[in-house]
Amino acid sequence: MLQVLQQRRWPLVLFWVLIVAAVVAAPAVLPVFRLNLLGRFLALAIVALGIDLIWGFTGLLSLGQGIFFALGGYAIAMYLQMNSSADLPNGIPEFFGLYGVDQLPGFWEPFHSPVFTLIAIWLIPAVLAAVLGNLVFRNRIKGVYFSILTQAALLVFFNFFNGQQKLINGTNGLKTDVTQLFGQLVGSPEMQRVFFWLTAVVVILAWLFLRWVVRGRFGDVLIAIRDDEPRLRFAGYNPTLFKTIVFAIAGGLAGIGGALYTVQSGIVSPQFMTVPFSIEMVIWVAVGGRGTLVGAILGAVLINYAKSLVSEAMPQSWLFIQGGLFILVVTALPEGVIGWFRGEGPGNWLNRLGIARRSTTYPRLDREGQEEVQP
Amino acid sequence: MTQPLLELRQITVSFDGFLALSDLNLSLQPGELRAVIGPNGAGKTTFLDVITGKTVPTGGDVVFKGRSLIGTREHRIARLGVGRKFQSPRVFEKLSVQQNLALAVSQPKQPWSLLLGGLSGEQRDRVHQLMSIVNLQNRCDWFAGALSHGQKQWLEIAMLVGQNPDLLLVDEPVAGLTDEETDLTADLLKSLAGDHTVLVIEHDMEFIRRLDSSVTVLHQGHVLCEGTMDQVQADPRVIEVYLGTTEEDNG
Repeated sequence: MLQVLQQRRWPLVLFWVLIVAAVVAAPAVLPVFRLNLLGRFLALAIVALGIDLIWGFTGLLSLGQGIFFALGGYAIAMYLQMNSSADLPNGIPEFFGLYGVDQLPGFWEPFHSPVFTLIAIWLIPAVLAAVLGNLVFRNRIKGVYFSILTQAALLVFFNFFNGQQKLINGTNGLKTDVTQLFGQLVGSPEMQRVFFWLTAVVVILAWLFLRWVVRGRFGDVLIAIRDDEPRLRFAGYNPTLFKTIVFAIAGGLAGIGGALYTVQSGIVSPQFMTVPFSIEMVIWVAVGGRGTLVGAILGAVLINYAKSLVSEAMPQSWLFIQGGLFILVVTALPEGVIGWFRGEGPGNWLNRLGIARRSTTYPRLDREGQEEVQP
Repeated sequence: MTQPLLELRQITVSFDGFLALSDLNLSLQPGELRAVIGPNGAGKTTFLDVITGKTVPTGGDVVFKGRSLIGTREHRIARLGVGRKFQSPRVFEKLSVQQNLALAVSQPKQPWSLLLGGLSGEQRDRVHQLMSIVNLQNRCDWFAGALSHGQKQWLEIAMLVGQNPDLLLVDEPVAGLTDEETDLTADLLKSLAGDHTVLVIEHDMEFIRRLDSSVTVLHQGHVLCEGTMDQVQADPRVIEVYLGTTEEDNG
């Protein structure tokens, strides 16, 4: 298996060089508007990485990642609002005045602290995911029932956040682009450039982290859970524990992605917790390639980029294209674009062009004579 | 007589009134090799489900190394030293042969230890040793799903041995194997007995004869009789429910 990868290593290296070059060059060549969009899509890629971990590797299809995404967004937005409201009457964020609230709700208090906020961004979603996940997993609720439960939880959270004007400004959400950070306007081009870099770095860190998680025996256990969970129990493993851990990791990543997305889009609102948005997240991973971390990143960035380009040209047509894309992937490319690329897909084309080495149906047949295999 | 390793006391399993097992008593001595036979529907697989914690019995008790297993979850029973091979081979098809075995020999099986460290040298040697026992060393990087049926059977047996359980429960290990593979499997199981306690469920009478072990006959959820293969085959009740048809076929 490793050798197959090694044979095709050069296109992979080239591919990575191009990607890194594109990200490094982006701030120089892209106008701020485009750069900001790319930064947002990279933030979404962090969420997609988490979904890939739980779905692509562990087989848990969550339709509720929007919950954790929004919680991360709300955490950073609450901090920014507090940070910018010292001069306002009562010293509390402006929107409270609209509803006649003059006392800060208690749960806002800790968000005075930047340290607390930086921890809350990932810890609150991760802990919530661990608690919700554990309740479901320990009762051995699996497959489509798990997906339905996550979607139901998403609706609960959406309705709660949407209705709580006096606590978190309800359906209007919290704006961040007019708030201040380090004496600068969050929505200013300089700050946006910083956020872009920060997001790019976090994507890479998240990718490295997950690569470490899925390689080695921990990752093997995840695949074993996906393919035959009951069997794994009889081998002495406790799948509930592993599932809880990866669901918490995915929740934490969604929170981080949500926070970075919020500061770049300028607002967090219950719209982050709508059902279609959480389903879209799953589509990014499906199109990019389940079980391939790069696929999740590419799927999130490319589909969202296509979305914004198509929406600018033909505003009504994107949903049809997205639906078509999903159907195409499910029927023709079940492994996603990257999965197809790594599998048989382009190999045949490269073969025909005489570029890649020919691989037969039984790649190891020629090795049959050698009984001794490398240790 | 020493304390038995495993004791089933008056186990009853009822599925909506249907008694899969009724008042089943059985005990295994440490190091024993025991074959369990019985016609289809005799409750052989349910009986393994009860021991491994997959099915909670309606009544009775399972005692392993002096403690009751009732209410203990599957992975804990496995960690106590009960290993199981399934009827149709169940290996992790998207993992390589080596990875399958690595999961089996890993110890402890906690998330953090799997994340933070690799296999120890000793465990790696064990994986290679297991692969050579079941003749899969030149398939070590193959996906288990690409193996033939017989190879999957053997991989699963190797995984079971790799867990190093005190009690091996082996459900139809030679189904779909060639004669030669069947003989090798019998030798393998015999060599395991002594250090381990082995319980084999099989339909293949020649295989059971080769094992040269004591035989328990299950019928309609309880033990019909126990003894050597010759004693069992001579028992008129057994001939009536099970072996009789085979004898006629052979004759």
